[in-house]
Amino acid sequence: MKKVELIDVSKSYDRQKDVISNINVTIEPGEFFVLVGPSGCGKSTMLRMIAGLEEITGGTLKIGEKTANRLPPSKRDLSMVFQNYALYPHLTVEENITFGLDVKKVPKADRKKRALDTAEMLGLTDYLKRKPRELSGGQRQRVALARAIVSEAPICLMDEPLSNLDAKLRAHMRSEIRRIQKRLGITMIYVTHDQVEAMTMGDRIMILHSGKIQQIGSPIEIYNHPANPFVATFIGSPPMNLAAADVRKEASLLVLANGTEIVMPKGSLDEIAEERVTLGIRPEFLMPPVTGEGLPVFDAEVTNVEVLGHETVFSFVAGEGEWTAKWNGQWQIQPGDRIPIAVDTGSACLFSLEDGRLIRKAADRQRTVTKEGAAL
Amino acid sequence: MTMSLPKKLIFYTLLTISAIVLFFPIVYAFLISFMTGPELMQGKFLPESFHLDNYIKVFDRLPLLNYLLNSFIVSAGVMLGQLAVCSLAAYAFVFIPFKGRDFVFFLFISTMMIPWEATMIPNFFIIQNLNWLNTYQGLTLPFFALAFGTFLLRQHFKTIPKELHEAAQVAGLGPFAFFRRVVLPVSKTSLVTLGAYGFLTTWNMYLWPLLVTTNDSVRTVQIGLKQLQSQEVATDWGVVMAGVIVVIIPTLLLLFLGQKQLQKGLTQGALK
Ligand SMILES: Nc1ncnc2c1ncn2[C@@H]1O[C@H](COP(=O)(O)OP(=O)(O)OP(=O)(O)O)[C@@H](O)[C@H]1O
Ligand SMILES: [Mg+2]
Repeated sequence: MKKVELIDVSKSYDRQKDVISNINVTIEPGEFFVLVGPSGCGKSTMLRMIAGLEEITGGTLKIGEKTANRLPPSKRDLSMVFQNYALYPHLTVEENITFGLDVKKVPKADRKKRALDTAEMLGLTDYLKRKPRELSGGQRQRVALARAIVSEAPICLMDEPLSNLDAKLRAHMRSEIRRIQKRLGITMIYVTHDQVEAMTMGDRIMILHSGKIQQIGSPIEIYNHPANPFVATFIGSPPMNLAAADVRKEASLLVLANGTEIVMPKGSLDEIAEERVTLGIRPEFLMPPVTGEGLPVFDAEVTNVEVLGHETVFSFVAGEGEWTAKWNGQWQIQPGDRIPIAVDTGSACLFSLEDGRLIRKAADRQRTVTKEGAAL
Repeated sequence: MTMSLPKKLIFYTLLTISAIVLFFPIVYAFLISFMTGPELMQGKFLPESFHLDNYIKVFDRLPLLNYLLNSFIVSAGVMLGQLAVCSLAAYAFVFIPFKGRDFVFFLFISTMMIPWEATMIPNFFIIQNLNWLNTYQGLTLPFFALAFGTFLLRQHFKTIPKELHEAAQVAGLGPFAFFRRVVLPVSKTSLVTLGAYGFLTTWNMYLWPLLVTTNDSVRTVQIGLKQLQSQEVATDWGVVMAGVIVVIIPTLLLLFLGQKQLQKGLTQGALK
């Protein structure tokens, strides 16, 4: 168990443009820390800097209490799963798994036992004598995982370790990794671009975009109170609906570009200085008027409908673009219909139009949201 | 690969002809090695009988076993030396970043364009001044640094994924351990190719052993054969050819044993 601290860390490959900048974060001992972001945002780069495989061009990295900027990878006492596995092609699966232990001079019997245990945990027992090229992509990925887990290093870095597994195996591995991490108390830094992985596995999530931190927080915090429109649309599926809106303070109204008026709770706009803001609302808070009784309702033209059995997802015209709503159950809606939609305005977020800052938080919605909304 | 029959016929005819042309000298040498002097004079192609007289004579007249042993020691020495030096150099050129690495590499490679004979005289003086004439090190050491070998291995090492190096670093492997435990095993085919190449070229080397050996102590077999030719007033070609066949055998053995690996290694180096 060791903490990892990044202070003002930045990285530039060509000494001109920073691909990562101003990273300030402390990853606590034993924490499961997830790094998410779109492709090319610098997740792997950051992980590789922590591993010591990439030079840190600015700032300080601390591992435990020690500054580690100049420490070689082997002295950092960590294990890593690479995005493309990096298995030794000339060694069998078993030898691949024990390779690190061998280097660290773990006694032979101990080595064997740990390798077998890990292999069993990851369902690799039948493949121990094979070479990596005789394995499928998913099996290779599991060998790579086994190699990291078996080392029992206090810090473990994983770069998209589940990207090649099928949905079922992925779900299984998610909980398995989480369980192993908790049991061994490993400080885990986990890179993914899969938001389900991020939401379900992480104690805390850090969202990166173009090398800058967008937000750090627990999964629920990030879901409920996204710090800016990028986070709002990145986490959650379908993503949060966004639209520019004019603020009418006196009437407590938000007016979208196509004239749709949304009545906000009284007084909720009082502290807002801007004339125009970005309104953000999640699809599940655009409700059928029956369920959202007492909530402000507006009419909209439906453009596309998907009935999924347990829920109905449809889009409609709002502002300059389209919004998506998610209703429970199966609804008979046709594209082209004009239907009334209730808005849980208490759960709406407002972002500044200029810098995307969150200016009005949504109400906390731990089951009480509907009641609160109904009261207004 | 499938071919139409006429195409196949032409193909194989051509192949057979070139094989015969290429192999004729060796076959003829083999046949001569069984002929007596008069037989040879008559310009016969096939010997009257296959007897081993000539072979017995060669071993009588020359310390041939001694020469073979010398040749073997020198060839094996050069092979091992080349493998060690070239693989280490290639490792540095691929895995250790330093300023001007590419420049140094191309400088190194450009020495391939200087014919070896051109550096023979300075090399000879060095060996002479070191008092290394008639020693194994005098015969082997000048050939350890081989630009071609470094190039071949560098090309292969470059195909090793960067992540493998990084994974090894994270696992706590030092540079030399990585070299020994990952790079070398992964590059086995190239190493075998280079080894066979080094062994054969040294085995067949003539000029340098001629220069640096003045007595029998470390003389190699190629020079020994030459002695047969000039010692007599009239050369007994049957005996010479018997010697030649004896000398060729190890080469052929090596070729048969290593053919598969050799092919793989050579094409691999060429492709990437
Ligand atoms: N060795 C390099 N030299 C120059 N630029 C690089 C290098 N490696 C990465 N980059 C750039 O740095 C940025 C971040 O790359 P990185 O590999 O960290 O992305 P990522 O977040 O891991 O993406 P993905 O999810 O696709 O793996 C990219 O724009 C990439 O082009
Ligand atoms: Mg990546």
